[in-house]
Amino acid sequence: MSGEICPLAALRAGQSGLVQPGCSEHPAVQRLLALGLLPGTQVMVVRVAPLGDPLEIEFGGLRLSLRKNDAAAMQVMRLG
Amino acid sequence: MSEDPSRPVRVALVGNPNTGKTTLFNRLTGSRQKIGNYPGVTVEKKSGLWVCGSRTFTLVDLPGTYSLAASSPDERVTLDFLAGHLDGEPKPDAVICVVDASNLVRNLFLASQVADLGLPMVIALNLADAADRAGISIDAALLSRRLGIPVVRLVATRGEGVNALGHAVAEAAEQGALMAEVPWPEAAERAVKYLAAGLGKEGVRPLAPGELRRILFDPRSAVLARAGWPAGADPAPLLGASRDILSAAGWHPLSAEALLRYEHLGHLTADAVKFPEKRRRSPTERLDAVLTHRVWGLAFFVLIMFMVFQSIYTWSGPFMAAIEVVIAQTQELVAPWLVPWPAGQSLLVDGVIGGVGGVIIFLPQILILFFFIALLEDTGYLARGAFLMDKVFGWCGLNGKSFVPMLSSYACAIPGVLAARTIEDPRARLTTILVSPLMSCSARLPVYTLMIGAFIEPSYGAVWAGGLLFALHVVGLAVAVPVAWAVNKFVLRTRPQPFLLEMPPYRLPRLRDIFWRMWERAREFLRRAGTVIVAMTIVIWALVYFPRPAEVRERAMADLSVLNDSSAIDRAVDAAYLEQSYLARAGRAVQPVFDLAGFDWKITVGVLASFPAREVIISTLGTIYGVGQDADEASGDLRSALARDFWTHGPRTGHPVFTLPVALAVMVFFALCLQCGATVAVMAKEAGWRWALFGFLYMTALAWLGAVLTFQLGTLWLGPGL
Repeated sequence: MSGEICPLAALRAGQSGLVQPGCSEHPAVQRLLALGLLPGTQVMVVRVAPLGDPLEIEFGGLRLSLRKNDAAAMQVMRLG
Repeated sequence: MSEDPSRPVRVALVGNPNTGKTTLFNRLTGSRQKIGNYPGVTVEKKSGLWVCGSRTFTLVDLPGTYSLAASSPDERVTLDFLAGHLDGEPKPDAVICVVDASNLVRNLFLASQVADLGLPMVIALNLADAADRAGISIDAALLSRRLGIPVVRLVATRGEGVNALGHAVAEAAEQGALMAEVPWPEAAERAVKYLAAGLGKEGVRPLAPGELRRILFDPRSAVLARAGWPAGADPAPLLGASRDILSAAGWHPLSAEALLRYEHLGHLTADAVKFPEKRRRSPTERLDAVLTHRVWGLAFFVLIMFMVFQSIYTWSGPFMAAIEVVIAQTQELVAPWLVPWPAGQSLLVDGVIGGVGGVIIFLPQILILFFFIALLEDTGYLARGAFLMDKVFGWCGLNGKSFVPMLSSYACAIPGVLAARTIEDPRARLTTILVSPLMSCSARLPVYTLMIGAFIEPSYGAVWAGGLLFALHVVGLAVAVPVAWAVNKFVLRTRPQPFLLEMPPYRLPRLRDIFWRMWERAREFLRRAGTVIVAMTIVIWALVYFPRPAEVRERAMADLSVLNDSSAIDRAVDAAYLEQSYLARAGRAVQPVFDLAGFDWKITVGVLASFPAREVIISTLGTIYGVGQDADEASGDLRSALARDFWTHGPRTGHPVFTLPVALAVMVFFALCLQCGATVAVMAKEAGWRWALFGFLYMTALAWLGAVLTFQLGTLWLGPGL
């Protein structure tokens, strides 16, 4: 439901989230920060790969493949 | 600023991946580029000479990266090079940061980090045509004023802006213009000072503020070790205390840099960039809806992969046949000149020309595969393929991008191993390189054909024969998966990189670039692997040729004097020579090991002789069995010679040498063994000799184990006489 805080990996295809502050040392999160996925930015899960993993996410005009384990390290607020 | 005005200005090229940096580099340096190595890493060094009007620049193309936070060896090289920490590589005079005009702010993040190292910089606003089409307008002059450094609009594929770029770089190098600095908060400055003091106490040499910030902000910065931090000391307390200063002021130390830089860049670019009112659904999105679709996407992927595979497996055939003809002709041309010196003749004809031929024969497959890889990369489809395949490969330590190397290895592992370069994660790349040779390549086919044709098909029919052939191809893959998993779990020590792959917009391929890249790879293969392969061929040649005492020939001729057939006598002489050669002696020495697999000494010698190249077993068996070394796998003479071979001594006297379990064991051995000098050479160039040796040893061990199990269990089940 909208407004709940969950890991990025929990978003379904087509759903967006707002990145929450506070981050981990997780290397994937570090890279996403360098790419501009900052707290307060919106990120959308475009689709899930046919075999279930990885996710395709989009933010700030960039589209990336991201594995679910790595996506689990980032917390977002579900925007529906 | 150059001290010596006649020395070419040293310029580094940096930028995110997919910004057209390589196209720009190729355009600027043309054929005046060379590829080398940085010491201690497998990252390749690309440098070249750029002549722009009356000016000359030395250009170094650094690997594409999103950030200087060095978490992979590639990023570390970029940071080290820019900071002047690499031996023999002085700090550049200026840096060109290639930026994708459609993604300005994100691309400037790297520029901002580079500028922090105190380097004069020019922004090359590349892919400007794509930005125009997307309705994004950038005021380069205004941006340049805000950033404080030259900003040059560029369309590298058309060469637009190249001259202006040269002018700007020369100016930047001379005037030392630095990009507007991030206004670091006071807490950050204090943290840096604290860190500097602490480092100084440990004897680290004084570092510039930019480098200190790298140590402060990056979780595990490589700058520390480079700057002389004592090896045994733990930096965690000092780093923790410095970062606490940031936390106390309300900043999370590991996200502070990103937040602060992006805020700064946002201010700088705000009025210089205008986005279109309505964002249209781009052609890329529409294509992706199909190409990454659950059904259509996978179907299209399979089709493309089938085409790539077919091209290597089948379409390279005619070219390879043509090359074989040329080699044979050359051999025939040279041979008559050296008749008075038989050893030299054999060395030149079989050893050297054969060896060189053995290298060139791989060119068609390499060229074709790299044409396709460059095509897939250039259009942007490679990233989609990796996206589709990652689940299959990711769990055992491989990577979505491993599909190209593994698939090509089904045709030939040499281009396959070379293709592993496209994998950025060093750990996944190494795993891919180590298991790719397990894929049943086309060179194994002659062995399978011979054994199946001689022993399976006559007794069991075509259906079983076909099924067995298929099963042999699957064996490699079935073994590769647990091996990859095991190697990843127990052997590899580098840290795995997160799989974060950008899906760039689809682009029409630029054939000129593709052909250039294809040719580059081939040239590299010839230069680097070629020498090793020729050397190996000559060594094996020597082991088979020597010793060559005259008595052997005399004795053989005396035995066969009753026959009038001179070619039969020649073949018998060859067989006799081979039987007492150094290689055969080595074969008899290791025979006990191969007894367990049911091999007799002839098979063992054949196996040893084919370590440089699998197909050699056919001609070796041909020679040993007196059928002649020109025998091929379809030769009825050879097949019947094998079938009629019986043990004359030992525990299996009276039984055939080639029982069904023996034939199967031979095929299993060849399926799993790395008998290809060229592959080992290429593995050594891509991953280092230690890993190539490891690969060779583990595969030989697996092959032996497989052969032993096949023979022992087979004989147990079927009995010794079958």
